[in-house]
Amino acid sequence: MAAGIRSPHTLLDIKGLRTQFGSGRNPVNAVQGIDLQIGAGEILGLVGESGSGKSVLALSILRLIQSPGRIIGGSILFDGKDVLAMSNRELSGWRGRDIGIIFQQPQSCLNPVRRIGWQVAEPLRQQEKLSRKAAWDKAVTLLRSVGIPAPEEKALAYPHQLSGGQAQRVMIAVALALRPRLLIADEPTTALDVTIQAQILELLRDSCRDFGTSLMLVTHDLGVVARLADRVAVMYAGRIVEEGPVAPMLTAPSHPYARGLLDAAPRLGQMGGLRLRDIPGSIPDLSQPMPGCAFAPRCELRANLGLSACLGELPPFIPISEHHAARCWALPQADGIYSTPMTMGTRA
Amino acid sequence: MSLPPLLDVNGLHVRYPIRKGLFGGVVGHVSAVDGVSLTLNRGETLGLVGESGCGKSTLGRTVIALQKPSAGNVRFRNQDLFALSAAELKQQRRFAQLIFQNPRACFDPRRTVGSSVRMGLDIQELLDPSEREEAVAEIFRKVGLRPEHRFRYPHELSGGQLQRIGIARALILKPSLIVCDEPVSALDVSVQAQILNLLSDLKAEFELALLFVSHNLAVVEYIADRVAVMYYGRIVEMASTHALFSSPRHPYTRALLAAVPTMDIARRDDPVPRLGDPPDPANLPTGCRFRNRCPLAFARCAEAEPLLVTAEDGHGVACWAAESASIDAGPMTAAALNG
Amino acid sequence: MSTVVLEEPIVAIIPRWRVMAGKLLRNRAAVVGGSVVLALLLLAAFAPWIAPYDPFKINPVQRLKPPSFQHWFGTDEVGRDLLSRIIFGTRYFLLICLITASISATIGTLLGLIAGAGSALTDSIIMRIIDILLAFPYILLVLVVVAILGPSLWTGMAAVGIAGIPGYARLVRSSVLTVKREDYVTSARALGASDAEILFGTVLPNVMSPLIVYLAFATPLSALIASALSFAGLGTQPPAPEWGAMLVNSRTYLFSAWWAVAAPGMALFISIFGMNILGNGLRDVLDPRS
Repeated sequence: MAAGIRSPHTLLDIKGLRTQFGSGRNPVNAVQGIDLQIGAGEILGLVGESGSGKSVLALSILRLIQSPGRIIGGSILFDGKDVLAMSNRELSGWRGRDIGIIFQQPQSCLNPVRRIGWQVAEPLRQQEKLSRKAAWDKAVTLLRSVGIPAPEEKALAYPHQLSGGQAQRVMIAVALALRPRLLIADEPTTALDVTIQAQILELLRDSCRDFGTSLMLVTHDLGVVARLADRVAVMYAGRIVEEGPVAPMLTAPSHPYARGLLDAAPRLGQMGGLRLRDIPGSIPDLSQPMPGCAFAPRCELRANLGLSACLGELPPFIPISEHHAARCWALPQADGIYSTPMTMGTRA
Repeated sequence: MSLPPLLDVNGLHVRYPIRKGLFGGVVGHVSAVDGVSLTLNRGETLGLVGESGCGKSTLGRTVIALQKPSAGNVRFRNQDLFALSAAELKQQRRFAQLIFQNPRACFDPRRTVGSSVRMGLDIQELLDPSEREEAVAEIFRKVGLRPEHRFRYPHELSGGQLQRIGIARALILKPSLIVCDEPVSALDVSVQAQILNLLSDLKAEFELALLFVSHNLAVVEYIADRVAVMYYGRIVEMASTHALFSSPRHPYTRALLAAVPTMDIARRDDPVPRLGDPPDPANLPTGCRFRNRCPLAFARCAEAEPLLVTAEDGHGVACWAAESASIDAGPMTAAALNG
Repeated sequence: MSTVVLEEPIVAIIPRWRVMAGKLLRNRAAVVGGSVVLALLLLAAFAPWIAPYDPFKINPVQRLKPPSFQHWFGTDEVGRDLLSRIIFGTRYFLLICLITASISATIGTLLGLIAGAGSALTDSIIMRIIDILLAFPYILLVLVVVAILGPSLWTGMAAVGIAGIPGYARLVRSSVLTVKREDYVTSARALGASDAEILFGTVLPNVMSPLIVYLAFATPLSALIASALSFAGLGTQPPAPEWGAMLVNSRTYLFSAWWAVAAPGMALFISIFGMNILGNGLRDVLDPRS
């Protein structure tokens, strides 16, 4: 059982969630039994590489999984309400009002033929029943608060007249217009330049703090997580393999995959002639049955320790500290394994 | 240095016409590369960094004659690439290869990857036809794949495997220069490390010169010997990797470095540089093209464009403020940048 | 330095044509459409052996007989056996398909390739000519060509073939424009391939899929227009057993001898329907995402 930080109020509570794509003999098990909580006002970083299922998990929470995908098990409770039992009508009210969404490509999420002011004002008119004028004025205020210069004029612009960074700011304004209690941001800065990324991340952090909004930040970039998250969950092959507070997760993760991710990315000013430690191989085929740990075939730790359980049986969450746990058979005997400093071989 | 450099780029300009109307009349120009000079020696890796739209990819493609410049010249292996006949250029192409950003897009979906790799040998008529298949199998081993992989089609392979094959396709011609256009930015971190390690092994083994184009500063710091920073068609700073990353002189370089997310949680709440939005590339500011986003801009910056001036220590920078030494050479904090 | 040995199974390599053939046979639309086209080919090839009567043999005694055991499809206004005429008609139908498609596809593809791969000026000139051709209503264009060349089977086919050129040219040009921007084309150039090598070795094979699908849709349409020309008396001339010409001859007897109209009508309908669903099937099969 995952040892999440129990904040005074658990906003989102996911248990045993499973999402599958395709049918027939070999469906793809994109999400294979996820337990995850997000507390009120908390920022959770959900980290994983392509094919880890992190985006599918985000879409599953929003009930936005399209055919041939479907949720085949588990439960999602949002503030005690059963999301999987909501009718389409309830869902559309719930999305936007209680939960906001930001995607990677802001330009493709905005309607290309509507002025951006109306796109921000639309949810205000529908959900808060504001008049056209009041909604427009509020939209302009929102655009100003997300850092759009000259918001009165820019509200009249069409999406193609915005830069990528501005478009993402507008998306944030749309998502936060109704002050949702949870914001799900799927790779919100991946398409942006690094100077713009820094500003957008800061905006996300400050907006969530101001409104008391919880944030689920889905990303492949540990640097982005380091800047924002309170808590981090690392996904691999449809499962969470380690979960814990941001500090230990970014300095001393316990799962070999989480550690591998950390070592594999070059860091500014810290490489000095060292060789990167890569993770050999590539992600497994999620349409094939995996009785054991999905990372086992690529795991150097397993090879070094000669563990046999890894390929045969799925490891349970093993607690490391109060709020920190990892799914790894090596953990019970891991004392001393990582006591050697992160040895990176010298460059060839 | 007695030997001439492998690659010598002089005053290169690449302008794209903006076309409109029934017959595609030219209504304006965008300068993707606007007066770039640089050299690259055998076995050396030059990192070319900058944000999207700064012209780094165009520059990379122009120096290997995949794009015609509107002015300037490129000397490669002591030949002026744009003065060569078609047959001579074909000969030179063998020595200057390209690796792409998106490994999924750079293979003909209708050929096996082996046949794509072999294509270079066939076109360049290298080796006896009977030996080519063995050479392909050998190069597959070299990049860490099995020879059997060559019978697969691109959609049957992973991104990491395809990028290895992209490297194999370039390498099989035994080139002296490879332009790497964002070769790892479409890959996952774990696979990115595999490819970076492979590239750094191969460049040592084959004495390859790399022009490594990337927006990722950490990756460039890892692989490059020297680094050039591009901003809207110009190189604004160029120095050895160590000098550029430890004591950046151009305010744009400093902003870029300050914006890279740090893994140090203690510094997570440090203010970030506020550069404002990028300018319209068809309508850049007069004088220094960075001045309207620059915290250090003063009157002179609007009057004249600063040129890349190389100091005695080999560190080149194109900035009036840096030249007048009004800023110290230490790493600048984001707070100072925000003025 | 890695201690992990990756055991990745090497899957048996299946040749591409077998993968395609397998997909084709599993696609119901392709199988049904393909069967119709195959039947047409067999009928045309073995018409003299299959047809029970001479399709030109006039027999006034047997005039306008309804379907019977002697004449399965009945007889026409001069007593010719309709089944035999339908069977021989497949030769005309396929000839029309072949000739019109050859004219449209060859010239259209060539123009599209030149426009897509050539300079901006060449492209502009070719495409403006194509635009002008497209600005004429299709039928009007066909009628103008027939009016200039005079009515006959061959001028009818030429007219329909010419009218079909713009569709192919536009399709090929837009495909070429997409493909030539692909990285694998740049890669071929970096390897030293010449323009011609790139165009015919890399670009053309990659525009073949949409071209084949378009061929399967456009050809029956051309055949239909050619039949309509015959119907209007501007194409095949009697007594040739061409289905459109047969329709025009028997239309006056529509109420007294429906079979004389129904036989060529159904033959046209089934043939065109078959080719269309073959096109649908091919589109699915050739789509690499399927």
